[in-house]
Amino acid sequence: MGEIQIITANTAAALAAKLCRVQVVSAYPITPQTPVTEELAEMVESGALKAEYLTVESEHSALASVVAASQVGARVFTATSANGLLYMHEMLHWAAGSRAPIVMACVNRGVGAPWTILNDQQDTVSQRDTGWIQLYCRNSQEVLDSVIQAYRIAEQVQIPIMVCYDGFILSHTSTPVDVPSQEEVDRFLPPLEDRSGIDGQTAMNINPLILSDPRPNANGVVMPGYMEFRYRLQQDILGSLDTIKAADKEFLDIFGRNWDGSTWTYRMEDAEHAMVSMGSLASECTLAADSLREEGLKVGVVGVRVYRPFPASEIVESLSGMKTVTFFEKDVSYGYQGALAMDARAAMYDCSSRPAISSYVVGLGGRDVRPDQLAKATLECTKGATKFCWLDVRS
Amino acid sequence: MSDNLSPIRTISTPAEGEAGKTGDWRSQTPKIDHGKCSQKDSCLLCWLYCPDGVISSSFPLEIDLTYCKGCGVCAEECPRKAIEMVDDK
Amino acid sequence: MKRHQNYEIIWHGRGGQGAVTAAKVFTEAAYYAGFKGVSAKPTYFSERRGAPVSVHTRISLEPIRTFSNVLFPDIAVVLDENLLEMVNVTSNLKAGGLLVINSSKSAHDLHINGPFTIAVSNAYHCSETAGLIVEGNVLVSTSILGPLVAATNFVGIDNVRKAIQHKFRGKPLDRNLKALELAFENTEIVDLQMMSFIAQA
Repeated sequence: MGEIQIITANTAAALAAKLCRVQVVSAYPITPQTPVTEELAEMVESGALKAEYLTVESEHSALASVVAASQVGARVFTATSANGLLYMHEMLHWAAGSRAPIVMACVNRGVGAPWTILNDQQDTVSQRDTGWIQLYCRNSQEVLDSVIQAYRIAEQVQIPIMVCYDGFILSHTSTPVDVPSQEEVDRFLPPLEDRSGIDGQTAMNINPLILSDPRPNANGVVMPGYMEFRYRLQQDILGSLDTIKAADKEFLDIFGRNWDGSTWTYRMEDAEHAMVSMGSLASECTLAADSLREEGLKVGVVGVRVYRPFPASEIVESLSGMKTVTFFEKDVSYGYQGALAMDARAAMYDCSSRPAISSYVVGLGGRDVRPDQLAKATLECTKGATKFCWLDVRS
Repeated sequence: MSDNLSPIRTISTPAEGEAGKTGDWRSQTPKIDHGKCSQKDSCLLCWLYCPDGVISSSFPLEIDLTYCKGCGVCAEECPRKAIEMVDDK
Repeated sequence: MKRHQNYEIIWHGRGGQGAVTAAKVFTEAAYYAGFKGVSAKPTYFSERRGAPVSVHTRISLEPIRTFSNVLFPDIAVVLDENLLEMVNVTSNLKAGGLLVINSSKSAHDLHINGPFTIAVSNAYHCSETAGLIVEGNVLVSTSILGPLVAATNFVGIDNVRKAIQHKFRGKPLDRNLKALELAFENTEIVDLQMMSFIAQA
């Protein structure tokens, strides 16, 4: 049985890593992720967590270290935010390409310049094409549970996972969290099976240079070319949607709660208008939907929990037949639109009856977003005017 | 293109009062020993390093305590040890 | 204060004074009192000792779904009296709400008016008396909860004691409990709404 603790999402992430019995932790502190690294370092120091804590001089090195540790068979954890994540960019591609089942807590923060330490989701959304699975959490309980689920998923499909949660809004906010027992987590997450193929006796070259076309190696075995490796990554990340859903189902059996797989819905049963969002912003949307329903408008919410792989068919299924759909997101693909709206719009070309779609960029760099603002913006879009705009930009 | 560059580029100038009357954040106050620092041989490193721009560049040196946060950078940088940080009570 | 389904509280303090701890302890106490949804969100700008900080707290019978800033609090708690000059803590306070202040002055001498109740206690002095001093700093994080629970009925001092016992051990625990008791006992509560009603009559 779990125990309710009043903790922040950062503490929840650190506790989850500990409960998953991680063997190697390497992270470089950056606001608002810092408490995660501090708490894990304390656990290692006190002996509460039997792991190696590698102190490094940068985020690039932090991820390089855990990629290396992962490739020789260790269960690894790291965490970062914003510019730290961007500094990892090269190693993000490397981690996914080398199929290292790393779990990383990404504490969402706006990206400089100008400097901000406050929340938006530009940092992780701009890393969507690196081959990582991305989960977005709506509250601290989901952060703790998603880290535990992430190890199970990552180790099954051999693809690294970012568990993303909003900086300060969740990372520093104390709320009640059900912290499961070690026994429960052990039942859900078996010890990591060493798939490295490294025995310590034979010399091995990990991630050697691969040519464009398949070719026989020194032993005469035909090795795939670069494209074949990358094609497998694409096939496996697409296929991981089923693994994610299955892990969430099994989680329910052991812990008595789950997080609806890849997308979740709120009051969508009879909805005519939908709001779509990710992370804690989607939770704010549920209050906006409540208030619009009080005014007689049939509004529901679709929350995107898994952004990569993109749950296109679930989104199409949820949004088909809506009169209007309004996206809210804390990121923008500069020169076009919000990334979530772009991806979903492309998927919805297949909708049998296409809704009128609007999208808003909100809450960049810590700008407060309230449910009443979201309700007002949605109300405008339900009147049929499709638009793309930014909410609450002040003159 | 905006006709005014300043809201596009992110520039800030060190100046007193960017975060309000920051003098009341202080737990230590810098005290200048004017005997150790005079116009004749002053380096003005304190003025240069002060992150809040609250030290005068004229003599005798003055510190605007309405805005000085008491960070102690001036005392740390002064090569003549003419500035001492004194606890507020 | 009348008992509600939801409470929104803003805490005003200075970095290092204990506003974040105070809010965390109180939300935990509220959880013990049966409120399933509680949240304490610190707002950070300049993370430095002495800089003004605020914490936004929600207490609800239902789980919390919004993490946005509290705009119109039911309760405002001021840990540092001289913040009253810098931050307009009463401007958005709900009518019928509560203002809790750590001050050596009496409610009358603070010259605050408005349609709310004011609870004053010299939390600084109580913490000092209880020996709640860390690295020369007097911490008012638990003593400020004295006037707060004295003027409200939805959490209760026993639940605050329980939350303090969960957070502290040994001598710090004794000091925190003593600071809480002292501030609780030495709280002055004035219903300004009632006062202005009497004055008008």
